[in-house]
Amino acid sequence: MEFFLLFISAAIINNFVLSMFLGICPFIGVSNKFSSALSMGMATTFVMVITAVVSWLIWHLILIPNGLEFLQIPSFILVIASLVQFVEMFIKKVSQPIYRALGIFLPLITTNCAILGLALLIAMKDYTFIEGIFFSLGAGAGFTLALILMAGIREELELADVPKPFRGAPITLIVAGLLALAFMGFAGMIS
Amino acid sequence: MKKQVTLLKEYTKGLWEINPVFKQVLGMCPTLAVTVSAINGIAMALATTFVLVLSSLIISIIRKLIPPQVRIASYIVIIATFVTIADLVMKAQFPELSKSLGPFIPLIVVNCLILGRAEAFASKNTPVRALFDSLGNGTGFLIVLFIIGSIREILGSGTILGFHIMPLTFEPWLIMILPAGAFLTLGLLMGLANFYVDHKKNKERESIIEKFRSSKQLPTIETEA
Repeated sequence: MEFFLLFISAAIINNFVLSMFLGICPFIGVSNKFSSALSMGMATTFVMVITAVVSWLIWHLILIPNGLEFLQIPSFILVIASLVQFVEMFIKKVSQPIYRALGIFLPLITTNCAILGLALLIAMKDYTFIEGIFFSLGAGAGFTLALILMAGIREELELADVPKPFRGAPITLIVAGLLALAFMGFAGMIS
Repeated sequence: MKKQVTLLKEYTKGLWEINPVFKQVLGMCPTLAVTVSAINGIAMALATTFVLVLSSLIISIIRKLIPPQVRIASYIVIIATFVTIADLVMKAQFPELSKSLGPFIPLIVVNCLILGRAEAFASKNTPVRALFDSLGNGTGFLIVLFIIGSIREILGSGTILGFHIMPLTFEPWLIMILPAGAFLTLGLLMGLANFYVDHKKNKERESIIEKFRSSKQLPTIETEA
């Protein structure tokens, strides 16, 4: 039950995109088509869970026992960069259709601040291993949810008569603001 | 051959012409997240500028030594080094500020603005040019973060840099310091910036047509009332 609450809290109440502002770049960049938004969300969730596991192990088994906490940022970002590379090669070998669907999005994930933010938050909040996994699953689900909601709205927005200066990024940000307002309604759901 | 521009131009282009937030739409996460108050915005922008300037300088100095295949990884290591310095200094000197910025100081590593300038400018230009370019981009980022931070602080809590400026009867708009306020403020500001650019372009075009007409004595097109 406790883990379920952690999942819900990371996915909806403290949504990574709409209330913690992590991963705004892909949120604005890749949210114009429903199918690509779904692929991006799934790829990110996948990398998030693996990153949570590996960075937890590095943080608790290598950096803390040796007093190397100051190496946190470089080591985490290197882990993420190499993981993304590894995942890309692995998927390419195992399943061609998935690779083709995710292909272009995988390299982009390295610079997604939601991934590094997740690793840093897990270290900062001192989650246990299992808690970390549920937290990363929730974060991934929340990211995917925000991305596909936005993509659905933007597909409709294509047909709308938006004033010229507001086309593109500005209207996307305003829509995101309204979405964030809606997500505020979830605050206080779990005390 | 690309035309060489003056160093001053290299600096000033970052302020408006290729402003990181309004024009390049880079570095959105910190722009939205930390601008609850003006002071947070300034601190974040200064930390980002510090990392941006030093990493651009180093990348530009060693740009010929880095093999192109591993350049992104090398850039990230250089950036991560300076971010660690910035993070530790902030934690030691300004613990409160560092706490209110949360994970966003370490997250400068993945700020696309820094990697973007490294890839687009520092890796192709001399150190002096890279220095001016990164200073300009940093200043542009600072201006935008300060403007957004001020708007949100004035409307959301009635203060600026901690001083009360709104009349006592003013009811703070709670929404401005919530996440939704960040998205709305930036969206509206960006729209306004685009509107201003369009307006200026139209005016320029009209004035050119006007000049052309008066000099060449072209017949003016009759417009129906």
